[in-house]
Amino acid sequence: MSEAMQAVNETDGWTLFAILGLTGITVLTRSFFMWSEEKMAIPEWFQRGLHYAPVAAMAAVIVPEVVMKNGALIDSFSDARIYGAAVGLIWYFTRGGVFGTILSGMAVYLPLHLLAGW
Amino acid sequence: MTPLHALLQWVRHPRFIAGVRDMLPASPGIGAWGITTGVALANSGMSLVEVSAMTLMVFAGSSQLAAMPLIISGAPLWVIWLTALCVNLRFAVFSAHVRPFFMPFKLPKRITYAYLLTDLSYVVFIKKYKTVPTAAADIRGMDIYWSALGFVNWATWMTTSFIGIALASVIPLSWGLSFAGILALMGISCSLVTTRLRAVAAILAGAAAVATYALPMKLNILVGVSAAVLISLLLDRSRSPAHV
Repeated sequence: MSEAMQAVNETDGWTLFAILGLTGITVLTRSFFMWSEEKMAIPEWFQRGLHYAPVAAMAAVIVPEVVMKNGALIDSFSDARIYGAAVGLIWYFTRGGVFGTILSGMAVYLPLHLLAGW
Repeated sequence: MTPLHALLQWVRHPRFIAGVRDMLPASPGIGAWGITTGVALANSGMSLVEVSAMTLMVFAGSSQLAAMPLIISGAPLWVIWLTALCVNLRFAVFSAHVRPFFMPFKLPKRITYAYLLTDLSYVVFIKKYKTVPTAAADIRGMDIYWSALGFVNWATWMTTSFIGIALASVIPLSWGLSFAGILALMGISCSLVTTRLRAVAAILAGAAAVATYALPMKLNILVGVSAAVLISLLLDRSRSPAHV
């Protein structure tokens, strides 16, 4: 049996159904407040909350990715991510720009990660 | 006007070009993340059809990566979906924010545009548009601008995801390319830190998300956001609005 055939054979309906559901969840969450055409009174506290929600959401996603390993806070400074993130932050607040943040952070992260094994 | 003419006029519009220009700086990050996600999916043990279907349809990196191990281990559907829901709940907040901007459009267009509402396109958009345009020409400009953000974001993600899937055996996950995605998100988030209280909100959310990491279904993200927004609201109430 060819590899391609095998790939087709491994596909099962249950997984495709799960993926279909995940697609529905993407659509549902992103369009949650878009369906109704009724005038929506957005409470004042919610409006003010919107000043903080975006940056809070991003931080809640990013910070664990930088300072955690295998579900626990990192316990060693031999971790390339913290240096990469620190340099990226310094770049952003001194020079500015997302592209420079990525490049400078990766310039520190990759050698430490690949060569030093951090 | 032929459809081709209309399309050319659309992509040559200054707002389209502005949208492409505003989204491009984040593209290397989106791309590195796309490649990593593609590699991870291809190595997951799911079939090529499943991996391709997930990439083309789900279009949400964090929820794909959260769902992947659950699908492989044969977890119950409700666990998979509830996990994705928790990971994606932040988008519901984004959709409340963007709703007034999208309301001039008809329902199918609103839903299509909302499908393209990712972390990065959302942040770039709300930085550009603080108030809802009312003049027809401005609404059209916003329409074109959003389509450009969505297009660059979607095209970058799809292309690089499939590059990752194709090169899965050549690019090991251990290279840590996904870190570029983290750096892109970090840079974009920094651009949102325009007041001291927003910096506080970011730190609080990060700390709370770390502290509650052990919660199931990535609920730590939700806890982090709620705690940070709640405390920020209490703090800004006790200040004069000028400081916010």
